[in-house]
Amino acid sequence: MSSAASAKTLVIYLMSGPETPALAEAAVEGGADLVELGFPFSDPLADGPVIRRAAEKALAQGMGTQACLEGLAAVRERVGVALVPMTYSSLLEAYGWERFGEAARAAGASSIIVADLPAGDRSELRRIQLVAPTSTDERIRLAAEQTDGWLYLVTVTGTTGSRSEVSLTLAAFAERARAAARDVPIYAGFGISTPEQARTVAELTDGIVVGSRAVEVAEEGPAALRKYVASLRHALDA
Amino acid sequence: MTSTYGAYGGRYVPETLIPALDELTEAWAAALADESFRGELDHLARTYAGRPTPLTRAQRFAPSKRLYLKREDLLHTGAHKLNNALGQAVLARRLGKQRIVAETGAGQHGVATATVCARFGLDCVVYMGSEDMRRQAPNVERMGLLGAEVRPVEFGTKTLKEATSEAIRDWITNVEDTHYLIGSCVGPAPYPEIVRELQAVIGRETREQILEAESRLPDAVIACVGGGSNAIGMFAGFLDDQDVEIVGVEAAGAASLGSGRAGVLHGARSSVLADEDGQIADAHSISAGLDYPGVGPEHAFLRDSGRARYVGTTDEEALDAFRRLTRTEGIIPALEPSHALARVEELDAELIVVCLSGRGDKDLAEVLGRA
Repeated sequence: MSSAASAKTLVIYLMSGPETPALAEAAVEGGADLVELGFPFSDPLADGPVIRRAAEKALAQGMGTQACLEGLAAVRERVGVALVPMTYSSLLEAYGWERFGEAARAAGASSIIVADLPAGDRSELRRIQLVAPTSTDERIRLAAEQTDGWLYLVTVTGTTGSRSEVSLTLAAFAERARAAARDVPIYAGFGISTPEQARTVAELTDGIVVGSRAVEVAEEGPAALRKYVASLRHALDA
Repeated sequence: MTSTYGAYGGRYVPETLIPALDELTEAWAAALADESFRGELDHLARTYAGRPTPLTRAQRFAPSKRLYLKREDLLHTGAHKLNNALGQAVLARRLGKQRIVAETGAGQHGVATATVCARFGLDCVVYMGSEDMRRQAPNVERMGLLGAEVRPVEFGTKTLKEATSEAIRDWITNVEDTHYLIGSCVGPAPYPEIVRELQAVIGRETREQILEAESRLPDAVIACVGGGSNAIGMFAGFLDDQDVEIVGVEAAGAASLGSGRAGVLHGARSSVLADEDGQIADAHSISAGLDYPGVGPEHAFLRDSGRARYVGTTDEEALDAFRRLTRTEGIIPALEPSHALARVEELDAELIVVCLSGRGDKDLAEVLGRA
């Protein structure tokens, strides 16, 4: 978390790969408070084209579950912020549901996110829950009760990826989520790419998550990523 | 908790879809309890789709057996897929959804969906892998004529797996006004149950027809299995008859049940072709309709329970059965049920019913290209 009490949390998503430790370090130097590490899946239903392509590339580079866990441990050695693997059920089914959570924590993760495992299913698996604009108040309450630390607010009805505008209905949704989640921190993601969007969304929530755009910028290397993350940080702190 | 088949099934989807699946579950239960829904479906089946379809004796194809074919190839649009598409279109209207999205492999489900959308005035988008569009060009043209927009899927295997993923992503994005008209007994609950019930008409009719023709139940029923909807529809009529052997036939290169492992694909836990990390593997089949690395969760359950057994047929065996049925019975089958036909001779059973799930017009280019 950032030092100032009022500061908004900046979460950066990176796809696991050979360069991830250096990229994660750059993201943290730029001002990221938390890094999500994508463990690639061949059929990622929640993801748009950017992260889907990044997953295909990562798998082609041999980023299986064990390689991703080793990458997570390598990132852990380089940065001090919270690390959260984000993946899909199929990887956990193959690895062992509980065993996956344990292995991730042993490698330095503070929690995990499973994009296709909604609140209420496999409740014994500690993880960060997601809520969507379509979620009922009852489901938001359930997710807030079961979530591990903070609640991931999916800002759009759709998959991951940049949008030109922040959804007009986000304010009402964030308010609804806040009421149902009470004092559980809410970080919003999906569709946020520019500093302006980051500032707009952060006014409604406790933090933001930037994924697809960060993955695109990361392809240009650590220096570009550091600069991009710093621009988001600046927008949140301004 | 959502409905499951033993350890299989469930709802492994992003949160965004959960309220829509809840809504669908309620609407389905209400429809089943509503006489007028059943009445409307029965009326459409008789006056529009062409039900009941005949049960045809195939003496020359299998002289050593008493073989019958359940003629879903004679259904309007040429395959069993219409049973499901009609039912879900009526359901979509009850839900007030004006836009339909679907995936298709062989194109038969896409054509059935485009057909019911034309019939009911619904907007229709069909996702299809570009490799399948090449293999099944006539069906792409039919969908276009029927007013559907066919969106090519150019990544991954460029077949049914990716088309299904893209259809689900479309649904996630447009869930407020869109019904996802899934084509097989796969996907998150309640879809496997809905598709099974809508296809169960195949088994119900077959049971009545074979009793009338032979005054007894068959020794075995056999059907091809990709996602498994024609098979589950046929099997549904005989699951409680313990003396009826139940056999599903997969493409040897897409044997999700025969050589798969427990995994999660397209919203359900089932038996899937996957590596040890749970990454979904590529399937390979000459038949676009069987070229899928997953299968309906109920089939995985039936396999584990031992009530059904599942075997494989190679591309060459299917082509041979395709040509033999064409020459001995004057019926050109689709390549999908040709996989089931190929296994008939070696069954111990004498009185056998094959679900002839579709006709072969769509496959002519593929078959003639290999002659």
